[in-house]
Amino acid sequence: MKYLDGFRDPDAARFLRRRIEAAAGRLARAGRSVRLMEVCGTHTMAIARHGIRDFLPDNVFLCSGPGCPVCVTDAGYIDAALELARRGVTIATFGDLVRVPGSTGTLAEARAEGARVVVCYSPAEALALAREPGAPEVVFLAVGFETTVAPLAALLRSAVAAGATRFSMLAALKTVPRALAVLAEDPEVGVNGFLCPAHVSAVIGAAAYEPLAERYGIPCTIAGFEPLDILLGLLDLIEQLADGRACVVNQYARVVRREGNRKAQAAIAEMFEPADAAWRGLGVIPGSGLAIREPFAAFDAERRHGVAVRPGRPAPGCRCGDVLKGKILPDACPMFGGACTPEHPVGPCMVSGEGSCAAHHKYAR
Amino acid sequence: MVEGKILLAHGGGGRLSRELVERHVGPRFAAGPLEGFPDAARVSVGGASLVFTTDSFVVSPRRFPGGDIGCLAVHGTVNDIAVSGGRPRWLSLALICEEGLPLAELDDVLDSVAAAAARCGVAIATGDTKVVARGQCDGLYVNTAGVGEALPGFEMGAAKLRPGDVVLASGDLGDHGMAVMAARAGMNVEGRLASDTGPVHRLVLALDELAPAVRFMRDPTRGGAASVLNEMLGDRDDIGIVLRERDLPFSEGARAVAEVVGADLLHVASEGRVLLVCAPDAAAVILDRWRALPEGAGARAIGEVTRDRGRVVLETAIGGRRLVDVPQGELLPRIC
Amino acid sequence: MKIVSLGTDGTGVAEVSGTRYDVQLGLVEDAAVGDYIIVHAGYAIEKLDCAEAEERLALFAEMARRERGGSE
Repeated sequence: MKYLDGFRDPDAARFLRRRIEAAAGRLARAGRSVRLMEVCGTHTMAIARHGIRDFLPDNVFLCSGPGCPVCVTDAGYIDAALELARRGVTIATFGDLVRVPGSTGTLAEARAEGARVVVCYSPAEALALAREPGAPEVVFLAVGFETTVAPLAALLRSAVAAGATRFSMLAALKTVPRALAVLAEDPEVGVNGFLCPAHVSAVIGAAAYEPLAERYGIPCTIAGFEPLDILLGLLDLIEQLADGRACVVNQYARVVRREGNRKAQAAIAEMFEPADAAWRGLGVIPGSGLAIREPFAAFDAERRHGVAVRPGRPAPGCRCGDVLKGKILPDACPMFGGACTPEHPVGPCMVSGEGSCAAHHKYAR
Repeated sequence: MVEGKILLAHGGGGRLSRELVERHVGPRFAAGPLEGFPDAARVSVGGASLVFTTDSFVVSPRRFPGGDIGCLAVHGTVNDIAVSGGRPRWLSLALICEEGLPLAELDDVLDSVAAAAARCGVAIATGDTKVVARGQCDGLYVNTAGVGEALPGFEMGAAKLRPGDVVLASGDLGDHGMAVMAARAGMNVEGRLASDTGPVHRLVLALDELAPAVRFMRDPTRGGAASVLNEMLGDRDDIGIVLRERDLPFSEGARAVAEVVGADLLHVASEGRVLLVCAPDAAAVILDRWRALPEGAGARAIGEVTRDRGRVVLETAIGGRRLVDVPQGELLPRIC
Repeated sequence: MKIVSLGTDGTGVAEVSGTRYDVQLGLVEDAAVGDYIIVHAGYAIEKLDCAEAEERLALFAEMARRERGGSE
């Protein structure tokens, strides 16, 4: 942990604060305010937890985009999981998903009614559960971005190799760069710079953002999760904007390579193929998802159990979609903190610990 | 959300737990000693003032680095009495066993209860045993109730808090929760992280004549220090708390596990620590007395009462500020 | 996390501050004892480049030093 203290030094933070103020001052003198967007749930949490918004001058607005995998999961997906649970299948999932409302309730409520819902820390636990003697039929709720997709590809590969017979995944896997392009194109979002995720970038590589920077003229900076990493990433974006540059800058070179992790990319390509994906708030984005390849159809819960994931209806009045696009801050939603709280969430952004509404509710009010 | 069923999150020690007690228990029983839901009740019998409390233990796994369900059940109740300003004297011990529980394991747990009770100077005065069929409980649940003598001089409560008062922690926070979490996830933390489960009554007895300077005392169990401090502020909207991240005592091992599982250690349970708020002039003496005891060796001042209007705020290590809220949901079910 | 031992089936044990975890190593090239890895959901997803990490720490230490010096 001594190692981490070097990434949390208060004096270095003060140094970066002054540099950020200086760069933002250059923008202010040109009469400019800028909108930066982070697109990673772990960044959302780290920014809230370390009080990083405190470091930004008034003309720099930092919003949270669709970076939390639970938050962008469509209500229809939860409905399909509930349908499987009702049929007596054991649902294995990461914890946050059990509280996300579908059209007819949550998995936590289904569990209270008798459904078998098991919370896992690692997806490998779900496969182990399905391979115990006398095990039930297990469906793992495979939700996530490239960082999670790579482990799931490895897991699926082991399930195939082991000839597991009672294990499948309900896939709602998503890829980040296409969603960023949709946001970059939307004039209402008006994003001026992307703070790119750390671990997603480790898998896909820094080069994945180059078309974005070139085509839309939006600077993209990759930053780690430590507070000084984030401050340096934000400084980099503000300086690029003040200088009129729009490059991909990798400020997390200790982990992220330009080409990314080829071995992980190969595992993903072997097990999954590109597919359209429904994003809560953004709608269906062509080619922004991943589906299980045909040869492994027996491990695809949709095909194995004959359930279909249909587009869900968002709760009336819920503005998670606008929050996810960074159009509004969470407290601009009329339900925030009243009808929608972490204890009684209406929208997914309030459910996940990494959701921007939950983070805002928890740390920023 | 559908109302009408207990969810796991109702047991998390956060806001839903509080809602459950306030809406369902409060209206029926809240007049009398239960008013304000203290950790332990103060009752008088024939002129003697007593402290009375109960707690149930369902921790999973039953053995974890640094302890087991047996000593945890003793310490939990001893500590609730102690932080309510009592000297613990008698405990009850009730066991709910699942058919098939190995007798050797039961013996180990009972040995652990006996050793912990001896160390705390309490007698197991009464008890009960029930057995349920396999599958109707998970191995072994333990309930303890306890009675102690009220110590003189303590007059604690949110109403006593004043700006400038000092917040003290008696040692590293969050070790218990992280040790149980690590044990459950099959992580090996041998030698680097152990539950802090242990008695705090000597820390309370050491306060002695300084009792009137103590405004508030609590052991930060389920829900962690964040829950205790937010609960402490309660309805006071004229004051707040500021904590300094650089002064927060966390062990290396707990920090490591928290990084791996993404936990905020302010939300994680301790089972052998005291959070205390006192008048500023008493803080140094209390810290000296605590540090003279092994269980208080890591004691530190971690923050102050401010005029910040009903909020707990953290000054982060890098110089930012953020709100410290209560944890939500199913952070770690069956932590104690 | 630092790899402290390798299993036979693409698994290993990694350590951080003395706490140890089982990790799956199949997604990184040539994982070896002593390598630092980034772990997500129980799987190593990339190795840490120690030279880059040292360089970054030195940069932050230099910023801190200049800040304490009172001027840039």
